[in-house]
Amino acid sequence: MEKENVILEVSHLGKNFGTHQVLKDIDFKVQTGDVISIIGASGSGKSTMLRCINLMEEPSGGSIRYHGTDITDSKVDVPAYRAKVGMVFQNFNLFENMTVLKNCMIGQQKVAKVSRDEAGKKALFYLKKVGMEQYINARPKQLSGGQKQRVAIARALAMEPEILLFDEPTSALDPQMVGEVLNVMHALAKEGMTMLVVTHEMAFARDVSTEVLYMSDGVILEQGAPEEIFGNPKKTETKEFLSRFRNC
Amino acid sequence: MISDLNFIQRILYILERYGMSYLKGAGTTLVIALVSTLIGCLIGFIVGIIQTIPVDKKRDSVIKRFFLRLIQILFRIYIEVFRGTPMIVQAVFIYYGMAQLLNVQLGMWTSAFLVVSINTGAYMAESVRGGIISVDIGQTEGAKAIGMTHFQTMCYVILPQAFRNIMPQIGNNLIINIKDTSVLSIIAIVDLFFVHKSVAGALYTYFESATIVMAIYLTMTVTASRLLRLWEKKLDGSDTYEMADSMDIGNQMR
Ligand SMILES: Nc1ncnc2c1ncn2[C@@H]1O[C@H](COP(=O)(O)OP(=O)(O)OP(=O)(O)O)[C@@H](O)[C@H]1O
Ligand SMILES: [Mg+2]
Repeated sequence: MEKENVILEVSHLGKNFGTHQVLKDIDFKVQTGDVISIIGASGSGKSTMLRCINLMEEPSGGSIRYHGTDITDSKVDVPAYRAKVGMVFQNFNLFENMTVLKNCMIGQQKVAKVSRDEAGKKALFYLKKVGMEQYINARPKQLSGGQKQRVAIARALAMEPEILLFDEPTSALDPQMVGEVLNVMHALAKEGMTMLVVTHEMAFARDVSTEVLYMSDGVILEQGAPEEIFGNPKKTETKEFLSRFRNC
Repeated sequence: MISDLNFIQRILYILERYGMSYLKGAGTTLVIALVSTLIGCLIGFIVGIIQTIPVDKKRDSVIKRFFLRLIQILFRIYIEVFRGTPMIVQAVFIYYGMAQLLNVQLGMWTSAFLVVSINTGAYMAESVRGGIISVDIGQTEGAKAIGMTHFQTMCYVILPQAFRNIMPQIGNNLIINIKDTSVLSIIAIVDLFFVHKSVAGALYTYFESATIVMAIYLTMTVTASRLLRLWEKKLDGSDTYEMADSMDIGNQMR
């Protein structure tokens, strides 16, 4: 049954900042194992949409159903929901006052109430996965951007989320560090991790994702399999956007 | 006679006769300053933390929002009143006022600790609030994203960083308190300044006594600021880290 593995269902999602309507009537679904890339021009609302999904921004209208429950409902336990929906930020947002290891343990210990030993083991497991296990004693400010982002991914994974949101995870990185982060994301996708990725890395969107959403001016203008969007975009605007990317 | 002695001799003479009094006065000053700074910081943290609790119009109940706003307004008034009036007046107001208005006779010691603590608390509340809002918003978002509540975010992520940022302010307050307890002589606290006034008045040696007292105050404040700098350094930890080898990692896995 298709309905059973739908994790998220976004319908008629809208978001205004004052009178500025940033999101207009967004609809889409996320199923287990989906890797959805969200592309579009700067200012089209990609970040805002992602941030609405884990309630970093309060949606102005519409609904976001997580396994059928509308999480915009005021009775929903927001922190508990967020613990199941991981997020990786453009600027990493690692806790500056903690070591790499502690960064990956604190959420497990305090939110998931996992024992210290258990949290340490799991943190290390995921740090190994991103190739950062040797840096457990380092502090964020002692790491390169690429290393920070890999730790941030491990921190999110350590919560064992059902879905991971990425907001331009490689945009703040020097070009030579982009690869190491994309490799990690690629490996996660292969393992079947459900991911929603806002990105300007068109190669990633084309080669790794199962679906691509093209956003423009607060709406999803076009959506489909990567082969369709990249090989045969229907809308002229999508075509123009993609051709601009090929040029630069 | 003391007037036959030169400046240095007069200082030595005073120290010989009143050295212990000066030391006791300095001790009193130090105790009031230290304890009140500590209590003041505690007040400051509580007030600053409560002042920065966000209200969620959608999810928080009306009652919770009402009480939170009420407390925040009361704290705001507290901060404005105690930052906006001189401590010397506050001391008189509390020491004499409490007796007349509320019929509560506070001892002069209680009054002293109370005035300096509450005063420091008002300043620290603003420092703490500033320290909290100056921590990068990304830290809060990182914490929220893994499911932390506001309270957890504060305890584990924001306050440790805010605390480090306001350490210099704590030091500042301690130094100010060491000096400003001198106004408490108005309610007859025998602090260092009170001793100075008595000695200078008895022997007509204002300049000599003031020199001694200046030196003692300076010793206390410089020592305090040095110790606080050491503490700051310690909090900052080392600049380097050790690469974990397979053994460390194994230990962690066990
Ligand atoms: N907190 C806010 N207050 C007011 N306006 C905002 C806020 N956040 C975003 N916006 C506006 O919403 C619009 C969409 O922003 P958003 O960050 O979602 O775009 P984006 O598609 O992620 O762009 P980029 O590719 O540059 O990251 C922009 O016009 C932006 O100015
Ligand atoms: Mg963005």
